[in-house]
Amino acid sequence: MKEVVKFGRPSGFFEKFERRPGPIKTNMHYCPGCGHGVLHKLIAEAIGDMGLKDKAVLVCPVGCSVFAYYYFDCHSIECAHGRAPAVATAISRTDPENVVIGYQGDGDLASIGFNQILQAANRGENMCVFFVNNAIYGMTGGQMAPTSLPGQKTQTSPCGRDVAETGYPIKVAEMIAQFEAPVYVERCALSRVPNIMAARRAVRKAIQNTVDKKGFSFVELLSGCPVNLKMKAHEMNEFLNEKMTKFFPLGVYKDVSAEREAIVRHTPIFEPDQVRELLFPEETKRAVDDNFRYTAKVFDEERRVKISGFGGQGVLSLGYLLATMGKLRNFNVSWLPSYGPEMRGGTANCSIVFSHTHVGSPQADHNCSMLICMNQPSVDKFLGQLGENGVLLYDASTIRQPEVSPDKTVYGLAASDLANTLGDQRVANSVMLGGIARLMQDCFLEGKESEDFDLAVEEAMNEHFAGKPQKVIDLNMKAYRLGKESVSIRFGARVK
Amino acid sequence: MMEKKKKTFRCVIRSEECKGCERCVEACPRGVLKMGTKLNLMSFPAVEYAGSGCIGCGGCFYSCPEPGAITIVEEVEE
Repeated sequence: MKEVVKFGRPSGFFEKFERRPGPIKTNMHYCPGCGHGVLHKLIAEAIGDMGLKDKAVLVCPVGCSVFAYYYFDCHSIECAHGRAPAVATAISRTDPENVVIGYQGDGDLASIGFNQILQAANRGENMCVFFVNNAIYGMTGGQMAPTSLPGQKTQTSPCGRDVAETGYPIKVAEMIAQFEAPVYVERCALSRVPNIMAARRAVRKAIQNTVDKKGFSFVELLSGCPVNLKMKAHEMNEFLNEKMTKFFPLGVYKDVSAEREAIVRHTPIFEPDQVRELLFPEETKRAVDDNFRYTAKVFDEERRVKISGFGGQGVLSLGYLLATMGKLRNFNVSWLPSYGPEMRGGTANCSIVFSHTHVGSPQADHNCSMLICMNQPSVDKFLGQLGENGVLLYDASTIRQPEVSPDKTVYGLAASDLANTLGDQRVANSVMLGGIARLMQDCFLEGKESEDFDLAVEEAMNEHFAGKPQKVIDLNMKAYRLGKESVSIRFGARVK
Repeated sequence: MMEKKKKTFRCVIRSEECKGCERCVEACPRGVLKMGTKLNLMSFPAVEYAGSGCIGCGGCFYSCPEPGAITIVEEVEE
């Protein structure tokens, strides 16, 4: 007599669960009768039978199945709560050959990460998602979940879920099926044997769709949580088949996998040179090489610049131009705009940090080295943040001459008025940049480096306005030169 | 002419892995599985096979949430 295993431990599982704590290394951590174990088995069986151990990437959720990666003999990754579809998207996009298997519970998928799954489904990401719906928060001890049935008693709904207060269970499969992109949506139940066998077919179909790169497949599985629902196995099956299916009818909600072609997406690019080429197709011509460093004392330490004005004056753009100059002269730079309701008509500002070493905080909120103000509220708001020996540059067209301590250097020029003489109010920021150049060259830079500043401005303008008509660059350069000549107010510590 | 042999199956239970949830008992169409009274290492009562009567349908295997607590073997004449 010979014995042949007809049904046995699926090969998609590790032979021994080394990471599982406790004396028994061959079974799982789930409570007795848990539906997770049943589904794990179906998935592991499919992974083993379909030969996907090297290609499948299991994306594990937060919830009872948080340790799913203990068990599956394939690639796996653990994600932040609800973010499995986002992580799965990245895994799928970075290598289209990955067979991405999302595994999520109802708290993870239908509550905290609900938008994540809807967006991933709507994008038609090439992945299959198994959604375990047990109508309760299992891991935390049986609180009401978004999928709890009306009238269902849980820890947080001891008198039963009151739909007038907490609404109705969310029908996720129906929602996903409404989208255009998903190819396959089915709801199964992990209850009696025929239901489990239907779930087995659904699991295999969903994984096969992913292997065939058909797009997004979604299988919702009604699953038992006998411990939290305080039920025996037969009561649990009854609950699933009689009560849950009333609200969550079983069946195929969408299946267009036969008609759909395999998804074709852009080949991902990882080589740094290729990425650079893609992002910056035309390298800005620079007058310096990669080893160039300003030797001026002013750049010995990190320099923090704040630029502020009203939205529309081009303060963010001016900041970006400065940051670009820093980049072109081999500084480490950061540019941090303050977006928000200020953007239109209020005070907008940005912080730029230059450093020859690492940039610490990108926020220049105290101890600024340089403050550039283009309206009165900016001076009132930020002058206090100007550090010792700081320099202030302001638009004298509208701003009153500010009172500062004697260690400060102050430059003023009527940038807005000058921009008007050029016929375009929008170039006031370039006029201001001329003021910055004058200030730098008067107070901080000498000789070659002083000349280089003008070159850096020109290079940055070319890069910043790349793709715009040449007359835009010309006008801004004209404004820059005008600003440089027109600084009219100078006083303070460093003025020669 | 060779007589067609009736297939025989056996249900093998690894009682240390069993958590006594009774899903397999519920699933078995022949009622050849029942809960035992002996507690295993983790203090769960493990399920027991009656010794004969298994038809090899696999219902208990797929209902069981543990990977290898239940194995169905077919006895083949050599």
